[in-house]
Amino acid sequence: MTTDVNRRVLPGFALSLGYTVFYLSLLVLIPILAGVVKTSSLSLESFWAAVSTDRAVAAYKLTVGAAVVSAAIDIVLGAVVAWVLVRYDFPLKRIFDALVDLPFALPTAVAGLVYSDLYTEQGWLGRFLVPLGIQGAYSRLGIVLVLTFIGFPFVVRTLQPVIENLETDVEEAAACLGASRWQTVTRVLLPAIYPATITAFALAFARALGEYGSVVFISGNMPYRTEIAPVLIVARLEEFAYGEATAIAIVLLVISLATLFLINLLERWSTRAHG
Amino acid sequence: MSITVKDVSKRFGEFLALDQLSLEVPSGALLALLGPSGSGKTTLLRIIAGLEIQDSGTVLYQDEDVTGARVRDRNVGFVFQHYALFRHMSVFENIAFGLRVRHWSRARVKERVHELLRLIQLEGLEHSLPSQLSGGQRQRVALARALAVQPKVLLLDEPFGALDAKVRQELRQWLRRLHEEIHVTSVFVTHDQEEAFEVADRVVIMNQGRIEQAGTPQEIFEQPANPFVMDFLGNVNVFHGRVQDGRADLGGFNVEYPEYTERESRAATAFVRSHELDIQRVRNGRPALQANVVHINPARTVVKVRLHAEEFGVWLNVDLGWERYNELQLRAGESVFVLPRRMRVFVQDYQI
Repeated sequence: MTTDVNRRVLPGFALSLGYTVFYLSLLVLIPILAGVVKTSSLSLESFWAAVSTDRAVAAYKLTVGAAVVSAAIDIVLGAVVAWVLVRYDFPLKRIFDALVDLPFALPTAVAGLVYSDLYTEQGWLGRFLVPLGIQGAYSRLGIVLVLTFIGFPFVVRTLQPVIENLETDVEEAAACLGASRWQTVTRVLLPAIYPATITAFALAFARALGEYGSVVFISGNMPYRTEIAPVLIVARLEEFAYGEATAIAIVLLVISLATLFLINLLERWSTRAHG
Repeated sequence: MSITVKDVSKRFGEFLALDQLSLEVPSGALLALLGPSGSGKTTLLRIIAGLEIQDSGTVLYQDEDVTGARVRDRNVGFVFQHYALFRHMSVFENIAFGLRVRHWSRARVKERVHELLRLIQLEGLEHSLPSQLSGGQRQRVALARALAVQPKVLLLDEPFGALDAKVRQELRQWLRRLHEEIHVTSVFVTHDQEEAFEVADRVVIMNQGRIEQAGTPQEIFEQPANPFVMDFLGNVNVFHGRVQDGRADLGGFNVEYPEYTERESRAATAFVRSHELDIQRVRNGRPALQANVVHINPARTVVKVRLHAEEFGVWLNVDLGWERYNELQLRAGESVFVLPRRMRVFVQDYQI
């Protein structure tokens, strides 16, 4: 008789769980499953042949390598910008703060076009850099540049609230104990934001791994040299080699899942170690 | 190491936090800065530490002028209200921090930290993180961290403000004992007069960026310098009235007041502490107020009686000893007479 009574305090559990499962299935699980099914039309040998060509391996290396480098650059730049935005007051601060989000809003293709325009031999920056031997457009450097641009807001927006939560009395305590500014930063402040830094890195990295729109304009897409994996997938699609295209996509998927899993472990470990 | 503060002023925008304030903290003293919020006591403490820079005036440690010295060179121990522990470091590393930045050898750090862990009675917890400790334990770690580097002076900013009543009580007594052991010149800020009087051997009462009175707890309690101090110490009944011709007429009490013999009458305020009022059943010729017993509240050591004198519209708080209370057999609603044993009259304009 009491079995009908709803014993949950928070209402709407069934509804919200149903919605979550439906949403995840429709938008995430079903497309991934379709990819796997599509690939299974290939035999194991031809799958391996498709994903292990020299061209494909070069593309994986470039994709992951550029993502790691750009995420690392973002961490340094983003941490400094987040620090400045939280700790100091200066004119037009709100405008600078809003500008951080620009890469979120801007179609990435626009970023790719603008960057390649800037760094070509005739571009505003390329005019000075190309004679010095710095090729910003149609090069690996160009890929890193746009990926850094794209991942930047993720780092700032992840670190900002964490820095806001750092009480200034902790810094004052360090100073009273005789620590120099440098010692305060390296021993007190950086360790405190360390877990958030890993999260920020993961976000910027994951974003860079999947980026296509901007890279396709700036990289020049030369096989073996400046071709990233997503571009290779499109190339395969244009050859109507759908099976091979999805095979490469699956590899990319596995790489990103594995990295996210690894980073998750790292985050957990660091939050445990740091309370 | 004594501390001397000379003519220090500090302004935050329009707000004058400290107004030409001077203060002397004798070497080895435990001094309390007591005052309502906004009285400038924390600002003064932070200026002594070097965490805030005064607009004018000087600060001396013994004979050394530290006015321009950086915080890290002043060698002060500072304890913050919210502990300010390094969250990612263990108790051991927190206490060791000041020693590590001074490049002490490993063995010496270990020895010193264990010495302090004994002092704060937290041996065995050195590997815990601050988040695993109670508030009282955290504040003790913060204190040990401040003491580890053997500071010249120890400054505490409302050190027990964030703790619950029982822990606060324990820590107060513990701080008192600790000070007797190590004798470092200490200044602590509080807005709790009970805390100041219980812990400190000198109390400084501040108001609006100035010192109202400084002295031993006994001096301040026995001879409050002015109406502000009297009122701030609390547990007091206030009567407003006038003085004239050697008499004072204060809210129903007409008493002799030989200190003022002018013909012209002037406004005056009288203060009577709750325990300085007595209750009697019959009028015995001395000045007394007729009042009704409204509420009886048996507290630990006294019985707090609240009365209302309808004729003058005055509310009265009387603390009776248990013996006296049992003698009188008071009941709520009864009409009795209230008379002061001692009154402090201040003839000056003072707004409460």
